[in-house]
Amino acid sequence: MLVYIIRRLLMLIPILLLVSFIAFFVIELPPGDWVTTYVSQLRTSGIQMSDQEAQRLTALYGFDQPTYVRYFKWISGIVTRGDFGWSFQWGKPVGEVIAERLPITLAISLMALVFSWLVAIPIGIYSATHQYSLIDYLATFIGFIGLATPGFLLAMILAWGANQFLGFSALGLYSKEFLDAPWSFAKAMNMLQHMILPLVIIGMASAGSTIRVLRGNLLDELKKQYVVTARAKGMSETRLLLKYPVRLALNPVFSTIGWLLPAIFAGEVLISIVLSVPSIGPLLLRSTLAQDMYLTGSIVLILSALTIFGSLISDIYLAWADPRIRYGGLSK
Amino acid sequence: MSTQISERSKSSVTGSAPFLDEAEDRSLGSLDERLEAADERFYYANPWQLILWRFRRHRLAMLSLVLLVLLYLGAIFAEFVSPYSATWRAQGLQMMPPTSIHIFHEGSLHRPFVYGLEKTLDQETFKYVFTEDASAPYPILFFTQGEEYKMWGLWPMRIHLFGTGEGAPPIMLFGSDELGRDIFSRTIYGSRISLSIGLFGVLISFLLGVMIGGVSGYFGGTTDEVIQRLIDVLISIPLIPFWMALSAALPRTWDATQTFFAITLILAAVGWTGLARVVRGKLLALREEDYALAAQVAGASKSRIIFRHLMPGFTSHLIVSITLAIPVAILGETALSFLGLGIQPPAVSWGVLLKDAQDLVAVAQQPWRLIPALFVIGTVLLFNFVGDGLRDAADPYSA
Repeated sequence: MLVYIIRRLLMLIPILLLVSFIAFFVIELPPGDWVTTYVSQLRTSGIQMSDQEAQRLTALYGFDQPTYVRYFKWISGIVTRGDFGWSFQWGKPVGEVIAERLPITLAISLMALVFSWLVAIPIGIYSATHQYSLIDYLATFIGFIGLATPGFLLAMILAWGANQFLGFSALGLYSKEFLDAPWSFAKAMNMLQHMILPLVIIGMASAGSTIRVLRGNLLDELKKQYVVTARAKGMSETRLLLKYPVRLALNPVFSTIGWLLPAIFAGEVLISIVLSVPSIGPLLLRSTLAQDMYLTGSIVLILSALTIFGSLISDIYLAWADPRIRYGGLSK
Repeated sequence: MSTQISERSKSSVTGSAPFLDEAEDRSLGSLDERLEAADERFYYANPWQLILWRFRRHRLAMLSLVLLVLLYLGAIFAEFVSPYSATWRAQGLQMMPPTSIHIFHEGSLHRPFVYGLEKTLDQETFKYVFTEDASAPYPILFFTQGEEYKMWGLWPMRIHLFGTGEGAPPIMLFGSDELGRDIFSRTIYGSRISLSIGLFGVLISFLLGVMIGGVSGYFGGTTDEVIQRLIDVLISIPLIPFWMALSAALPRTWDATQTFFAITLILAAVGWTGLARVVRGKLLALREEDYALAAQVAGASKSRIIFRHLMPGFTSHLIVSITLAIPVAILGETALSFLGLGIQPPAVSWGVLLKDAQDLVAVAQQPWRLIPALFVIGTVLLFNFVGDGLRDAADPYSA
């Protein structure tokens, strides 16, 4: 087990390296560097910057050096000092800007993941045990609609509905009166209320695929002979179902976290923009519109790294839960 | 006819033996029944025909395919199908609800027609109210003369699929927006960008995927390992943020065509990974088949084995993957344009139309502004249904 974990951790290094290449590629993508952008922005707003000052900035950020040197500067800054670069849009280090908002993104994403399981696992089990029943068809139908409806549209319509029919403004993370209030029970409850809508929308999108995976796996398991044997021995149906086939059918559900997490983060970003939740989403939108590339690239880097850690955890869980993976991995 | 059959039987001589074996393994009963039915056509048919027959049994998939073809035809002939251009404005008829079509005029049956509309300001609510002026019917004309346009930007034409003719009140099936533009026409014009961006994006993904997946499966070893890790990484990047970040690099000064191709490339940047996986996986699996070995023994070159012997074995699976990749690209364009990072007005796409409908207060009063959303949802569903049908039909030799 330990060997497996160590092996898996070592595999992280090249993967994270590749992610950092991609993030750096994003940073370098816009024509020109940000010093030029910055200087021209200052000039259009009437502030003159001397060429000397511009050159000093260029040298400071290493824009006069070849790409690989800049990459090395950037990545060593992150690894050694946790310095992700400078956000000229905010006039603050990128790390600080992101740190303010990342916890909200993480909280919403993880809660959405748990929510999607809470919804999908019972429905998936029911769909498999009651194949072709009304609820089975309904689940498939809702899954398809969830797949086809753009999340931002759903967010728009639900936010409007909440306002129209419940008189509840779902935008933001708190209601107006709590914006500057110190932390209290009421404020926490208010925040939870505001989180319901994003949670439901993001969670439902991934619940659809989870239901399908679980239903398919469980249907396969239920046909196997050990189920027949257990039933012949007179085991109660609930116990029989939950003790063996469901446990086995759940493993693939947890192993797809690696695919689910990117979708959840992507959903969180988009939904937060529509519902103006102060998380990474609106930050990313503003940074892309302003071509604040260190911020943009760092967000891509951090979200991707988080996904990769997520799938690492799910792999380790699987190896722990399923000895075939554990030993299969060793023998190779 | 006879030449066709002999051609088919020739090709089936080489292919029939393993096929019969397989069928025998599965179920003798069904084989007997089929033989009893003397369905020789079935045995002489080539794989593509089998796929087609199987697909045609899928009612939902067939219906979806027909509707998709209609949508694409609408997009191709947008100028002709839509009664107005995407920028045409109806004077004084802003925020008009969808025109209702009548068939009874003064109690008697009449060919389909519309009434003129009068806009009045409700003194209590200060909302504009449209009332129909039931005095004169204006029939809906087909293949009628209307606003002049250039078909595909080339030939000047005036003929439209339908309209009310000159001097008559306009027909706006999906209502109008706050500038008095016809939402039906804009949706049809928008489908041109939205539907083709999916197609082109997936085409590029397909080329990349087949090439990279082919290289990965062909060379194996370290190359394969590197490419697989790259795909792992690309898959773990959340799509929307990555697309947003890439689109940040687009210069705001680019014109509609340049933006279109840039967005297509952005959508393809990640889209190829899924296809590459399919290609590689199938190559690796089929490589072990006896007929691949036989081809090798017979002295076929590696590229001949791949393209002549292995590729046909998974083309149908590729088509399934492509069909399921298109809606992802369409949703991607919609999301990017909605955020203002994709297609920019005055160019029209479904995402742009939804961006127009962003104002919830306006949408509450003019729900018809969301009709383009139904097109997005519908198209994505149709592609998924067709994909599902194809997936079931893709392997014609399985039960």
